Amino acid sequence: MTPELVERLVAAVGRDQVRLGPAELDLYRRDASNIVGAAGAVVFPGSTVEVQACVRACADHAHPFVARGSGTGLSGGATPLDGAVVIAMTKMNRLLSVDPVERRAWVQPGMLNLDLSRAVAHLGVHFAPDPSSQQSCSIGGNVANNAGGPHCLADGVTSAHVLAVEVVLPDGSLVQLGGEADEVDGYDLRGAFVGSEGMLGVATRVCVRLRQNPPAVRTLLMDFTSVHAGAETVSAIIAAGMVPAALEMMDRLCIEAVEAYVHAGLPTDAAAVLLVELTGLPAAVEADTAAVADIGRAHGARQVRVAADDAERALLWKGRKSAFGAIARIKPNYYLHDTVVPRSQLPSVLDTIYRIVDQHQLLVLNVFHAGEGNLHPLLVFDKREPGVMERVHAAGEEIVRVSVAAGGVLSGEHGIGLEKREFMPLMFGPADLAAQRELRRAFDPAELANPHKVLPSPATCGDIHAAPEGAWI
Amino acid sequence: MDLSAFAAEVGDHGPVTVAGLGTRGGAVAGVRAVSPPSGIERIQPEEMTVSCAAGTPVDDLVAALAEHGQTVNLPAGGTVGGALSVGRSDYRLLGYGPLRDVLLQMHYVSASGEVVMAGGPTVKNVSGFDLCRLFVGARGTLGFLGSVILRTRPIPTHSAWFRIATADPRSLLAGLFRPISVLWDGEHADVLLEGHPADVAAQAAEFALAPCEQPMRLPTGRRWTASLAELVASPPDTRPFVALVGTGVVAGDGIGDGAAAPGMTGGPDAARHQALAAAVKHRFDPEHRLNPHRYSHGNGDSGSGART
Ligand SMILES: Cc1cc2nc3c(=O)[nH]c(=O)nc-3n(C[C@H](O)[C@H](O)[C@H](O)COP(=O)(O)OP(=O)(O)OC[C@H]3O[C@@H](n4cnc5c(N)ncnc54)[C@H](O)[C@@H]3O)c2cc1C
Repeated sequence: MTPELVERLVAAVGRDQVRLGPAELDLYRRDASNIVGAAGAVVFPGSTVEVQACVRACADHAHPFVARGSGTGLSGGATPLDGAVVIAMTKMNRLLSVDPVERRAWVQPGMLNLDLSRAVAHLGVHFAPDPSSQQSCSIGGNVANNAGGPHCLADGVTSAHVLAVEVVLPDGSLVQLGGEADEVDGYDLRGAFVGSEGMLGVATRVCVRLRQNPPAVRTLLMDFTSVHAGAETVSAIIAAGMVPAALEMMDRLCIEAVEAYVHAGLPTDAAAVLLVELTGLPAAVEADTAAVADIGRAHGARQVRVAADDAERALLWKGRKSAFGAIARIKPNYYLHDTVVPRSQLPSVLDTIYRIVDQHQLLVLNVFHAGEGNLHPLLVFDKREPGVMERVHAAGEEIVRVSVAAGGVLSGEHGIGLEKREFMPLMFGPADLAAQRELRRAFDPAELANPHKVLPSPATCGDIHAAPEGAWI
Repeated sequence: MDLSAFAAEVGDHGPVTVAGLGTRGGAVAGVRAVSPPSGIERIQPEEMTVSCAAGTPVDDLVAALAEHGQTVNLPAGGTVGGALSVGRSDYRLLGYGPLRDVLLQMHYVSASGEVVMAGGPTVKNVSGFDLCRLFVGARGTLGFLGSVILRTRPIPTHSAWFRIATADPRSLLAGLFRPISVLWDGEHADVLLEGHPADVAAQAAEFALAPCEQPMRLPTGRRWTASLAELVASPPDTRPFVALVGTGVVAGDGIGDGAAAPGMTGGPDAARHQALAAAVKHRFDPEHRLNPHRYSHGNGDSGSGART
């Protein structure tokens, strides 16, 4: 950081909104992954104009910058490299406008996901993407990572709920991508921006689609004596032509941990439980609830528990959503993976994951979006154990490879960031990666926005910047 | 699917245009035309996906999927590649979501004649940049689609159109639960409801909707965007128009007048938006050889061709 750049940032946002002290810089060296970088400065803009001024300052000094939401990302997306300026969006957290007729809202990117749904609840609508981190993650982070959540099975992940994004481009200029309508002519630059992990610019306003709350909801919990039976039930439900609002699975170790933590009445002797939620109009919900229960029983479900009321439903969901809190009872540290496989491959890939984890003498809890084949193996460990990190990384790498080999993909919702950058060639050939880089350069020819993420760079391979502390390879 | 012959045909120099079935404006006149392969590769109802070549007729695909109880959210007619490249949803936009959300993976032939893959085979995927959405609606100006994997959906158990006379469809939008379509021409609203027959009947009864055989025709010419409040307060004087209520899209007859859809570029930044789209075009097709003249400022259309 040159003094000139610092002065430009101070001029942009005011002295008290530029942080340079070691303690504060330390807080912004990483996201929720264990990949650590180094920030040159942290700035807290309060408006689009201030974001533009910060970005322009960085551009003029050819200095990298990283937009940051709440820092709950799990792939190192918000980890600053090369002393990048961290542009923290936390102060820009307001709901700007709501159109209750056409069901859309303009929000600032720092607004927290759950705050948005709460703010519009009185209108009978909600923002559909509901990451398990929804109490703390930001809409801007959701947009940048194209976040998903348990309730994205029927309605799709973030991209399906974002109509327009106002973006400060890496040269400091401002554009609006997309429009308020569901479909506008021309290149879908909005679509290209969603999921671009902060590498195409900084989102400063987002127009989101709001969904009607369903008039009827049924939540079922089914338990199985084998993981296979649970996974086959998932495929059978989809094959029967039903698309539940949510279709989540937990395996035995996870059930035990969650039950000990929240006492939701989960059967701790089960090998797997499925949490299924059906929403919509009453007749369809009743018919589908019966059909799902029948499919479950036909696949050996021991018990089919249908939540009797909102309180029981909330309890079942609390079990699902507190899995991350619950695991602390088993081991102090965890590493959460995120891959997708075709639904039909779930049983065999889960078997392989158990074997991999055994071989590396680790423990795994599986709690995942089964309806989409989106696996979340959660490796738990105590990092004070010598050599354990090597085993965690080795097992993780095998899980990623097995998922892709089964016809799956590297990430379903957490993104590539730094964590999986070097795995991109498992899915993409040189021409495929070159095309992605062309998109990046069309937006950011100088490559200053969140550099070194997502795309493996042969040129910097082995370079110190390219392999931050905590990275896999 | 082997796309090497198609890639060789596209080659790496000289203007070239891609021809489908010619139902959506067709190939660019006076330019060497190539056709993508056609054929369905794999229907996987339990994954809710289908893979097929870009030249596959949409109607053939829909018929084949129906045998497996599935359908796909593509407008009828023409080829799969043509429907995706034009990128316009049909009357089901409100209930099924935009066309751009169906494309999971694509193999395309680039301006340099290479086969390039983007996206992934699964229904959920955030690995790398989302080139698939960028290509939907790009009118073949960034690359020519060769084969695709699409998201499918189960055919609903029951589906019916209804009609009601109304000068203000806002109460329908407010009250109906997730109608698949609400088309409004200033005087009538035609409503498509799907799902359990009892739910459909109850919703129709609640809003006094009368069954109707055939919905109003959706004009296939000009499209623009307008808020419902605006439309109700001052309906367009150019008839016919049909609003896809709840989506912000209005369809009319006639040829595109070249005006960008309002809301598309967000006002004062229009010039920067155009420059950005131009940069994307330049990166993917530096010599402007792919579907020449179809591209203008990211509008994907010079304003002269039929926008159907
Ligand atoms: C316990 C736990 C559970 C989780 N569960 C889920 C889940 O169910 N589903 C899911 O999808 N994810 C989940 N996540 C991951 C994470 O919460 C999401 O990726 C979330 O979208 C990140 O939001 P954030 O505000 O924390 O972003 P950050 O971590 O701050 O940033 C993430 C990326 O977004 C970019 N970014 C942030 N703001 C902007 C902006 N305004 N403009 C441009 N780029 C920006 C950053 O540069 C970075 O690349 C979970 C995380 C944790 C810790």
